[in-house]
Amino acid sequence: MIVTDETIEYVAALAKLDLTDEEKARAKVDLGNILDYVEKMNELDTEGVEPMSHVFPYNNVFRDDVVTNGADPDSILKNAPQVKDGGFAVPPTFD
Amino acid sequence: MDITKLTALELGKLIKSGKITSMDAVRAQFEKIEERDETYNCYITLTKDQALQRAEAVQRQIEAGELDESPLAGVPMAVKDNICTKGVLTSCASRILDGFEPPYDAHVMEKLDQAGAVMLGKLNMDEFAMGSTTETSYYGPTRNPWNTDRVPGGSSGGAAAAVAARETWYALGSDTGGSIRQPSSFCGVTGIKPTYGRVSRYGLIAYASSLDQIGPIARNVSDCAAILDLICGYDRRDSTSVACPEEKFTDALVDDVKGLRIGIPNSYLGEGLDPQVKAAVTEAARKLEKKGASVEYFDMGMVDYAIPAYYVIASAEASSNLSRFDGVKYGYRTPVFEDLQQLYKKTRDEGFGMEVKRRMMIGAFVLSSGYYDAYYIKALKVKALIKKGFDQAFEKYDLILGPTAPTTALRIGENLSDPLKMYLGDIYTVSVNLAGLPGISLPCGLDSEGMPIGVQMIGQTFSEKTLIRAAYSLEKEISQMEPAFLAGQEGGERA
Repeated sequence: MIVTDETIEYVAALAKLDLTDEEKARAKVDLGNILDYVEKMNELDTEGVEPMSHVFPYNNVFRDDVVTNGADPDSILKNAPQVKDGGFAVPPTFD
Repeated sequence: MDITKLTALELGKLIKSGKITSMDAVRAQFEKIEERDETYNCYITLTKDQALQRAEAVQRQIEAGELDESPLAGVPMAVKDNICTKGVLTSCASRILDGFEPPYDAHVMEKLDQAGAVMLGKLNMDEFAMGSTTETSYYGPTRNPWNTDRVPGGSSGGAAAAVAARETWYALGSDTGGSIRQPSSFCGVTGIKPTYGRVSRYGLIAYASSLDQIGPIARNVSDCAAILDLICGYDRRDSTSVACPEEKFTDALVDDVKGLRIGIPNSYLGEGLDPQVKAAVTEAARKLEKKGASVEYFDMGMVDYAIPAYYVIASAEASSNLSRFDGVKYGYRTPVFEDLQQLYKKTRDEGFGMEVKRRMMIGAFVLSSGYYDAYYIKALKVKALIKKGFDQAFEKYDLILGPTAPTTALRIGENLSDPLKMYLGDIYTVSVNLAGLPGISLPCGLDSEGMPIGVQMIGQTFSEKTLIRAAYSLEKEISQMEPAFLAGQEGGERA
């Protein structure tokens, strides 16, 4: 698998990473090697095999739509890097 | 007597008998930690004051007879740093969780609290449990107590090394692709990865949710069984928690393997396996055979495809799980940014280490449109075939035996620069996670350089008791081992 500069830009954007040039160069080599390696899976004939996301047949777990966690904003906000007026502070998201 | 050399169950008994108190144990353990941890770096956070306070409270409960049913009451223990502990830094060994003190306890911590556990601190690991050496930690590498030039394995390297260095009586680790079993093997201790769904993942910071499972690392099989008794059980807050009938794992501590059918996959003994590891593992099988088990070598395909499928699935889930770290709600935030997008991107680039970024990018790639079917869906199909292969094997055998890792502990720095080489070290462990099976690693010998070798046993889903019985029986035939620095000290049991 040839990993191009565009591919690296694309996956870095998807992963929300602001990579340095050095990191990009290294990621290009590493991703190429790793993807080459995982392509080994193509040797296997998986025609007609059902993809298995979980080993057990899990079903969605539903509960009644009631609030069970108590409101405890102080302990939640204690971990926030920046707080404003009892909420998480973020830069403006639109003009 | 050096009580730090006792097993967790032995210490628990001593505390119950009133001969020593939980506070004595905490103090004795911190003496050793303060003397040794500068060398080994097993801990990220030590909680000495809380531990002493907690020990006093537990001691009162013990004396009031409230914890008679709990054999590990008052015994100090430690926790991998990806398991949430209320009010105590839980960092995943990453800069991005700098300063994060969870407002709640993981389910396993609630369970251990009820059983009178006393936490000493939080243990080092590969960043976000991604790695096999504990070298990717933001807090520096942990060193192997058997030889400080070697890695302890990973990702629960701090946990395994702390148990080996007698810096804790037992530890909780987590295993996504071998992260309990491989470090246990490298550090000469015993670790169990339970069946997927057996232990609640509530409060375990997710790496790959369909594969992650919490489990014990301890001095021996009995301690591991006793810890499993405490941490297993249904929890509605983990939607993949399985409501299975409660079992007492310590009931399976029986020295008897007569009639047990053991299969050894030929492919687990093939190319890439260190000959000394192979010799020790096949010798372990012979010991079980001598005790009345039947041992058969058989062909199980798919081994070569487990690592590719694992890295696709685990990276895909990681890229999704780790999107929550954005510099807004908790942890690290980049100091300089212009807008929201830049806040996210710079925070994440500065907050995550290289291996984590690599896996998030692979994950983003295999999930991206145009590649989803070729990589992600393909991997889920391979996973189905791997599970089928195990199901067929378990029609003939009660358990599968093989090495835990292809080698003994590597030298520090040996694999860090070549991710692919590091991934290949997980060849015998990852398929167990893909198939949701329970697995155990226990020491079965030393190589010519004095490094421990681990043997792995794998069971069908929910067959932990069979694994524990076999491992307990095997352990009886293997001389006790401990790192050289402990030998000759008071209370040492060098065999």
